[in-house]
Amino acid sequence: MTAATAGGTAEKFARVTARFGTHPCDVRSYAVPTVNRGRSTGVPVARIGADMSFATRGFSGRRREADTRLPPGQTLVQDWPVLSAGPTPQVDTADWELTLQDETGTDHRWSWDELLALGVEDVTVDIHCVTHWTRLDMAWRGVSLDKLFEDVESEHEFVMAHSYGGYTANLPLEDLLDGKAWIATEADGAPLTPEHGGPARLLVPHLYFWKSAKWIRGLTMMPDNDAGFWEQYGYHLYGDPWKEERYW
Amino acid sequence: MSAPPLTSVGRSRPRPAWHVATVVETRRETPTAARLTLEVPTWPGSEAGSHVDVRLTAPDGYQASRSYSIVSSTPEAQVVLAVDEQPDGEVSPFLVHEMRPGDQLELHGPLGAFFVWRPGESDRPVQLVAGGSGVVPLYAMAAAHGTADDDAPFRLLYSVRTPADVFFADELAALTGPAFSLDLVYTREAPDGWPDAVGRLTRETLAARTLPAARQPRVYVCGSTGFVETVARWLQELGHPATAIHTERFGGL
Repeated sequence: MTAATAGGTAEKFARVTARFGTHPCDVRSYAVPTVNRGRSTGVPVARIGADMSFATRGFSGRRREADTRLPPGQTLVQDWPVLSAGPTPQVDTADWELTLQDETGTDHRWSWDELLALGVEDVTVDIHCVTHWTRLDMAWRGVSLDKLFEDVESEHEFVMAHSYGGYTANLPLEDLLDGKAWIATEADGAPLTPEHGGPARLLVPHLYFWKSAKWIRGLTMMPDNDAGFWEQYGYHLYGDPWKEERYW
Repeated sequence: MSAPPLTSVGRSRPRPAWHVATVVETRRETPTAARLTLEVPTWPGSEAGSHVDVRLTAPDGYQASRSYSIVSSTPEAQVVLAVDEQPDGEVSPFLVHEMRPGDQLELHGPLGAFFVWRPGESDRPVQLVAGGSGVVPLYAMAAAHGTADDDAPFRLLYSVRTPADVFFADELAALTGPAFSLDLVYTREAPDGWPDAVGRLTRETLAARTLPAARQPRVYVCGSTGFVETVARWLQELGHPATAIHTERFGGL
């Protein structure tokens, strides 16, 4: 399936069942229900939350670099975990197309070469995943969304990002402009691999990384802040890592 | 426009909240994993396959949080974590080796509603494909299926290093019956007299030991990134539509 084969309407995105995306879950251990033995521990449960914690006996932690660039609840990693919800779409740049649809239904389209011709920038940013990992000073290359929106007039304040494979993510338009977001084509000095969202993914580093939709194929202006894929499954509508906006 | 309608949207499910968990019991699950029984008096229950954030706090306020899949399909005051130790990990070695009855930690959840199985949602058969400790959420779906009034046939293909590494061996054996079948693939060492070759899962074995695409199974795959990438690709080559394949992976931290 390629974007070029359909009519460029919003409905073409809607036909794709959402199954893919940057997966929020790091699966390394599991819980199994057991029979309630009826025991009571008298544990105080009031006011438990981000503002109140207790020490777990014996836990000191290992990585305690006091890096002020690490948002709360995040752990620094050097590698790049792969997380998604379904098979990885394989999209050839020859077939790739990006469509930006404004509220009049007008499509602005770019082929791979046309996108790159807009001008590719090098950016170094920190990446924060909702699954608690953070990478600092990650090198990316991509095209600023300011370039894409240069000729787009819109009264709508929100954008739905659409991916090959059907994944969606909702974002406020202002979070995509003024040098805050890119269509990224390279990371760590190499073209983006399919499992990391290649050939191109959205890059919005100031929000949790699920907002940086992999396999980006389209941006649709919308009047309301409708929920995208993971947002419909309980993830936060906005996703500010500094406020720990992980879930609603 | 909005995103495609999803079957789970608008479902009432427990809202995520912070909970205090108290360790009731720990025991060895495999040579690298421990099973922790936690008492969580406020736990609202969760769907099989959803997850939870675990937070540990040091006396100086330092905190470490990790997301872990939960398997719990009914409201219970107890959950059991089966934690596989990551050799370079910060949280999992602590959970595996240091937790003792009476210790407390914080949970935030239940979280997630995508990699889940719900009784009665579909009468299509379900194929589960597990790599290593990725079996656990899939086992949980099978266990939930085993206690539910749901006739959809279940089949689990479980790739595991050695017999000792099998999670929930007794429970899986007990589930096996007309509605659930288990296929084991040993990658390093098999029991004496095991009829099949020992080695990594192949496309041929996957094809032979899973429900064919013609039966239109819903497929859940969980394991390492390499395992999931490979299996998901093979499944598509074998005719399963991408929309039928749900995946969950180990993270890289």
